[in-house]
Amino acid sequence: MPKYRLHINGSEKVVDVEPDTPLLYVLRDQLELNGPKFGCGLSQCGSCMVLVDGVAVTSCIRPVASLGNSRVITLEGLVNENGKLHPVQEAFVKEQAAQCGYCLNGMVIAAVSLLNENPNPNEAEIKDALQVNLCRCGAHTRIISAIKRAAGNQ
Amino acid sequence: MFELPKTSRRKFLQKIGYISVGFPLLGMVLGEQDPVMAARENFQGTLPGSLRGANRVNAWLQVLEDGRVMIFSGKVELGQGIRMAICQVAAEELDLELDQVEVHLAETGLTPDEGYTAGSGSVPNSAMSVRYAAATARQKLLELASLKLKTPVKDLIFYNGKVKTKNNNQSLNFAEILEGAQIDLEVTVPIPVKVKSGYRYVGKAIPRKDIEKMVRAEELYIQDLRFPGMLHARVLRPKGYQSKLVKLDESGLSSQVSGVIKTVIKSSFIGVITEREYQAVKAERYLKANSEWSTGTDFPDQNYIYTHIRSIADPPQTIRNEGNANAELNGNEVFKATYTKPYLKHGSIGPACAIAMFDGDILHIWSHSQGIYPMRRAIAAMLKMDEEKIHVIAVPGAGCFGHSTADDAAADAAILALAYPGKHIRVQWSRQDEHYWDPYGSAMIMELEASLDENGRIKAWKSEVWTDSHSMRPNNDPATLLDSRYLENPVELKDRGYLGGGHRNADPYYSIPNMQVNAHFFDGPLRVSSLRSLGSYTTIFSIESFMDELAEKAGKDPLEFRLAHLEDERAIAVIHKIREMCDSEFMKDGEGIGFAFSRYKNTAAYSAVAAKVWVEKASGAVVIKKLWSAVDVGEIINLDGITNQIEGGMIQAASWTLKEQVTFNQNGITSSDWASYPVFRFNEIPEVKVAMIDRPDLPAEGGGEVSMPPTGAAIANAVYHACGKRVYDLPITTEKIKSA
Repeated sequence: MPKYRLHINGSEKVVDVEPDTPLLYVLRDQLELNGPKFGCGLSQCGSCMVLVDGVAVTSCIRPVASLGNSRVITLEGLVNENGKLHPVQEAFVKEQAAQCGYCLNGMVIAAVSLLNENPNPNEAEIKDALQVNLCRCGAHTRIISAIKRAAGNQ
Repeated sequence: MFELPKTSRRKFLQKIGYISVGFPLLGMVLGEQDPVMAARENFQGTLPGSLRGANRVNAWLQVLEDGRVMIFSGKVELGQGIRMAICQVAAEELDLELDQVEVHLAETGLTPDEGYTAGSGSVPNSAMSVRYAAATARQKLLELASLKLKTPVKDLIFYNGKVKTKNNNQSLNFAEILEGAQIDLEVTVPIPVKVKSGYRYVGKAIPRKDIEKMVRAEELYIQDLRFPGMLHARVLRPKGYQSKLVKLDESGLSSQVSGVIKTVIKSSFIGVITEREYQAVKAERYLKANSEWSTGTDFPDQNYIYTHIRSIADPPQTIRNEGNANAELNGNEVFKATYTKPYLKHGSIGPACAIAMFDGDILHIWSHSQGIYPMRRAIAAMLKMDEEKIHVIAVPGAGCFGHSTADDAAADAAILALAYPGKHIRVQWSRQDEHYWDPYGSAMIMELEASLDENGRIKAWKSEVWTDSHSMRPNNDPATLLDSRYLENPVELKDRGYLGGGHRNADPYYSIPNMQVNAHFFDGPLRVSSLRSLGSYTTIFSIESFMDELAEKAGKDPLEFRLAHLEDERAIAVIHKIREMCDSEFMKDGEGIGFAFSRYKNTAAYSAVAAKVWVEKASGAVVIKKLWSAVDVGEIINLDGITNQIEGGMIQAASWTLKEQVTFNQNGITSSDWASYPVFRFNEIPEVKVAMIDRPDLPAEGGGEVSMPPTGAAIANAVYHACGKRVYDLPITTEKIKSA
């Protein structure tokens, strides 16, 4: 199996996997990260999102071989070295923006990606940015509030 | 590594040193002001069902070595926040800080068997059992402390895990009071419970502790569990419900896919175990491409599903009959309408997952099942194993909303673990399997007939409801698990499960002198089971749509018309509240507001919902702008938790109402993913507002389902007010509005 040198959450990781293995499986299975979740394997629900060079993308169908030198940040990587939460993570806790929380990873990642681009999004822009992300519990309105709160706290 | 709960088996306290009376334990308590002790009153009412099954204090509550308390509940966390609700109730009765209470949720052999976490029953059953067990424990702890401290109870203070004498000189924590024992005492009335006015936590919006764990990506879900040497597996599902394996050529598997450990073939059950997860995905793909299955699934034409349902239904059964509806409806002016609802999916965002390990004696299973004890009975029957040799630990998964595929995944893992002992085997379902094999919410038909008297009041009412079962949850019958139907000596379902869920709320909660409800049960083509709120979503969609139609016939305002038929003050209060909530809402051209009401199960929580929609005239496209709900669940345990449930319930039901239906053709299910079974995405999400009416002196009802039934009808009524078109056939789509 070929070796891949990946930049994950600020450090370099070498993984030994088949080239077609989607990034999600490398993150969860090899690197034992919990943030990105398997939801559909079809890039339809956003549960598996990570930041690749600062932009939210799904990781469930993206082959590890295609990553090159890209920087990958997962939900774990948003917490700073002192354990302090990212403003978006903090806002999700404050707004209690979850029920089961399975989609939360993708929601937080998509929100961070949005705020990187647009620090002051309006409600329509927030909804657009999260269009890929499915939530079945119906926590959407709390998620929107959390992103507004995070934007205000940045 | 996943950290197992602190007591993975029933562990009694070590005998710890007893500290002699008279020695102040903590310097810091000296000089502290005495807390105000809340008064107590005797509870004399009926104890919850769960307490009848496990009636000792120590079944629910044990004191840990450090004096904190571990609560045991047989319910599981589904994202509804039950862990925090139980923690609040226990901390309240025992006057503890929230951090002094740990809650251990369902694990066989350790927690009470509380059946399923379902039916909005966890607060009234489990949380209330904990309340009475904790209050009983408090009383006993006080009595024991009184003896040890040689101080009358009236001179003791019971606060934050300590019992102190009022002069502050002596103090004991719970562990010191019990000296290694637990409280093996029957919970029996009268029970001195805290008066509601003295509550520190109950009724408040206490944040859940697990959301921070979620944002930190801590190990929380079953999908996150990793055990040393754990292997991965996939199960190749049959081509259709009735398919049998005809041929499987696995000769090239190991050369095509690396890491294959074992293929397990038992009749039409095919599982493959690999070292890594993605290898299992590829192995399943290979096996699928190299297998042949008999067809055998023969579904009716979806376009005529309701005709089909009528054709296969049993003769009707009369569920309720008061006055003489038939006579009153005969010969008078009668209004009639028929409503239909398709099969709906649970649509969990996380496909099922399970882990199992057979250690040579005990089969350990980690599952996100909603009922680990009944699931254990079904797995034991399927495997012909002694139930006591199966140990099931509940671990949260993604929200599942009724009866998900978790139990089926657990059965998969159990079969594979027995075939490959000594290793943890993790089974993960694919999205497609999750969509194809989900036990859907039944398609239903509701025919309504009513007549009005000269004052515009309903004189007679008849409901005819067509429904399949609303629970095929695992139980003693192994065929409730999918795998049982495909193993050697396959078993067929013995009974039809819980049919009663289908006519839940089919009898209006309104005062109607002549009322008849008939149920037409059918055994339909698709796999079905419990979906959040069972039949109530359909029965209330129908009744509350019809109420608006009748109000119009009677020339009455829809809410006034409802109020005129209600006697229950709590029902009247939620309707007044919903009217007040949207009183000042301004309607633009093309916008309309609709209302609906229900009391869940006609015996539990009350909810009135309003929907504001905009319908684009030219296309018939509907946009839900806003949803409001006024809810009365009796005593509120966690204000934010219940609000979250109500908000989410409205949004999920709104998605059902506008978008959802399971599709199929003669060969099988065609809703294979989120593209072919679309649900609400962010751009469809309305604003939501919830008002809770707290009734601290009334019993606490669950709220997980209560906002769903009225939401569908409120939307249908709003669409009617927005554009003059009424849709009777769910989902309410653009095409149906155009052609209505």
